Amino acid sequence: MLITCPYCGPRDVIEFTYQGDGNRERPQPASQDLDAWNAYVYDRLNPAGDHSEIWQHSGGCRAHLRVVRNTITHEILSTEFARGGHKSADNRAEDRP
Amino acid sequence: MAEQPLPERQSPLEPEYHPGSHGNFEHGVDVILSETRPGSILQLAAWPGEEKRLIEIIRKVTGLALPDGAGGGVSSGGRAAFGFAPGKFTVVDEAEGLAQAFAGSITPAIGTLTDLSHGRTAIRIAGPKAEWVMAKFFAIDFALPAFPLGAGRSTNHHDIFAQIQRSGADQFDIYVFRSFARSFWKALCHASEEVGYEVQ
Ligand SMILES: [Zn+2]
Repeated sequence: MLITCPYCGPRDVIEFTYQGDGNRERPQPASQDLDAWNAYVYDRLNPAGDHSEIWQHSGGCRAHLRVVRNTITHEILSTEFARGGHKSADNRAEDRP
Repeated sequence: MAEQPLPERQSPLEPEYHPGSHGNFEHGVDVILSETRPGSILQLAAWPGEEKRLIEIIRKVTGLALPDGAGGGVSSGGRAAFGFAPGKFTVVDEAEGLAQAFAGSITPAIGTLTDLSHGRTAIRIAGPKAEWVMAKFFAIDFALPAFPLGAGRSTNHHDIFAQIQRSGADQFDIYVFRSFARSFWKALCHASEEVGYEVQ
């Protein structure tokens, strides 16, 4: 399986670390909304098909990536930096300068 | 206060560093291995949006004009620089003291400088079979069109992180963690046996 890092180009999957489901919305740290925390910790879409995921190019440039992968075929449909215009998995993107 | 002279830096490769020809060299030596021992190895990082300012500072301090684009790099006159990650650059000088030359120019608003001179070991592989030997270690494309002169790459070999710069048409400089350098060096020597290698 090859993942095309936007910085490094196509690399073997062994250079990457899976950082989890990219669809989670992390509640604000002070939130006491137990349903929201429960959903963040446990609820997963688990689709048979295209899935938005966060991966880190840990054995290369170390950037965090948003990857859309097909869970049936393992085809990588898109890769982009997790930072930037898209909400990151932990919702912290908007806090960055 | 008088400045203390720096202690002599020792090579981590020393017990396994054997100058001369080795392996299958009867029909010629096809790669030359050496430790380049640069005096300065720096990691420079720009905050998002400050990359161009940092590239300009690198040009002013070192005279090296980094090309735009991921992994772009250049080497000339005992100095080298290349991008290894978004907004991050490795800058190398034969001479010690490059970190001091940058002092004051990389302000906290622009980014950071980390002096890795004692934390990395620089190994050079050169010769007609350099690409061949490198391809046995790293799952990246070493052909000149895919890995142009001066360019840098971040990758790893059995979890030993490595930065690689192409410093010649058939020459690569590999930067590895100093604590893993001897093990990597031994593996590189073994991998070079089949083509015949010389340690300089
Ligand atoms: Zn990468």
